[in-house]
Amino acid sequence: MPDLGPVFLSLHLAAVTTAILLVIGVPLAYWLATTQARVKPVVEAVTALPLVLPPTVIGFYLLILMNPSAPLGAAWVSLTGGTLSFSFSGLVFASAIYSLPFMVQPLQSAFEAVGRGPMEAAATLRASRLDAIRNVLLPQSARGILTACVLTFAHTIGEFGVVLMVGGNIPERTRVISIAIYEHVESVEYAEAHILSAGLLVFSFVTLVGVYALNRSYRLRVS
Amino acid sequence: MSAERLSLDIALSRKTFSLKVSEDVALAGVTAVFGPSGSGKTTLLKAIVGLEAGAEGRISLGETVWQDSVAGVFVPAHRRAVSYVFQDARLFNHLDVQGNLDFAAKRARKAGRSPDVDAAIAAFGIGELLERRAVSLSGGESRRVALARAVLSCPDLMLLDEPLTGLDRAARREILPFLKGLPEHSGCPVLYVSHDLEEVAALASGIVVMDVGRVLANGPVAEIGRSLDLGPLSEGAGPASLIEARVTRVDGDSGLMALEAGGETLLLPSVPGARDGERLRLFIDARDVAIAVGRPGPMSIRNVLPARVGRIISSDTAADALVDLSIGSQLIRAQITRHALSELQLEAGQQVFALMKSVRLAGDFR
Repeated sequence: MPDLGPVFLSLHLAAVTTAILLVIGVPLAYWLATTQARVKPVVEAVTALPLVLPPTVIGFYLLILMNPSAPLGAAWVSLTGGTLSFSFSGLVFASAIYSLPFMVQPLQSAFEAVGRGPMEAAATLRASRLDAIRNVLLPQSARGILTACVLTFAHTIGEFGVVLMVGGNIPERTRVISIAIYEHVESVEYAEAHILSAGLLVFSFVTLVGVYALNRSYRLRVS
Repeated sequence: MSAERLSLDIALSRKTFSLKVSEDVALAGVTAVFGPSGSGKTTLLKAIVGLEAGAEGRISLGETVWQDSVAGVFVPAHRRAVSYVFQDARLFNHLDVQGNLDFAAKRARKAGRSPDVDAAIAAFGIGELLERRAVSLSGGESRRVALARAVLSCPDLMLLDEPLTGLDRAARREILPFLKGLPEHSGCPVLYVSHDLEEVAALASGIVVMDVGRVLANGPVAEIGRSLDLGPLSEGAGPASLIEARVTRVDGDSGLMALEAGGETLLLPSVPGARDGERLRLFIDARDVAIAVGRPGPMSIRNVLPARVGRIISSDTAADALVDLSIGSQLIRAQITRHALSELQLEAGQQVFALMKSVRLAGDFR
């Protein structure tokens, strides 16, 4: 039986990342769904970059960014006393970057599907913008929000390359399930690798079936 | 229900369309904004409600200024005490009917108004629908819920954008009485967009006539109807006349009622609830009016009235001509062939008889 620590670490990482991305993703997706600004395609492209870039590219730049000698890494050290790279917080930061499109794109599609109609109707019934977002847009986008969260969660659990580059392989801190599988294979511990791999396979399959059954209309557009 | 003054001085220009309206509209009861599609009716309403960001100028209702671009004032839609009933109802489909009503009532209360949910449910006959989801309602039902919801917002002005569009005749007849009662139930004036002359005739006391982004006329319906030919602006319908008549006698035996219009008497099938002295608007299709130079002999047409020929509109390219006929103080329009026109040798001022094959109450969609 393999050590189950990486499984719980992965679940923890995915939960925290999903929560953070929900907070960032809702306003960003709302802006993308409603703006007529010229920079919209640029922002959309930046958001979709993690879908097309090799994880090593993202991982490489994140490493540079999180290095204690870089501004962000230095700020983190002075704030917390620890380094951002090779820490759980660093993993969360990296995950939030590479899972961003999995949160933003389904949300944006859902908000666009609701459209201006219900929002305008709410405004004529004395509902402020924020009131209308909370009580009309979000409830009407409920399925899209759920889809976005599930996809973000599942994708965060499945990521390997970025995690390996940014987090390394530190038990209890950065050794998530995909790293653990890699480690087992390297050490020719196929039985353990099998258990973890099959678990991840079944988990991903069930999750995706759930998402597609839930709603066929909020699928990712780029991937 | 008091008369309020809506002052508009707004301009908006897009690539293919421009709107320029500088008008004071006296609002009492229902005022129609009438004109063909693309004349800017909906854009005007959206500017009034605050959903048309491109509109520049000044909008005020009574003493309340909603927009004054020069002074940099733009009150956002949710702070304007004006509700809007959209063409497609736009109920919130994540809520049931009760939830939709409460959405409006809750926010009206927060704004210091006192909505009466039970009264609105009774007034619009939606008590049976309260637990239904918005998406499960029929066209007529969802319009009624939308009207009730708009009333519960307790506005100072209600805007209606073609609320009968897309409904079949049965549903239109179902909704019409609720529209008629709207000023009473909402306690505020109603601005009603329509491209259907008959709807306007049935509902409105005032009218703002629009075409290609401009206001052509603005005033009481009866007055504007006399001075301006609204027929060509009315979509789908051919030339028609609109006259006001007073019920003088309701005869239960024959099923007919007598109405007095312009000093003459008309006979019509009586309608349920018609009372002596009541004023009704009649709608007469110009193709249903024939002209006789002398009094015709016995015939099945009941409404034969002496009339005087007024303006004659005829062109070499059209087979038909339009003839204005004065019956006392009322004006009706007849559509006859040019061939008939030349054979009868009609001239302005000539005394003739108008034969009206069908006269119906405006808005009686049968």
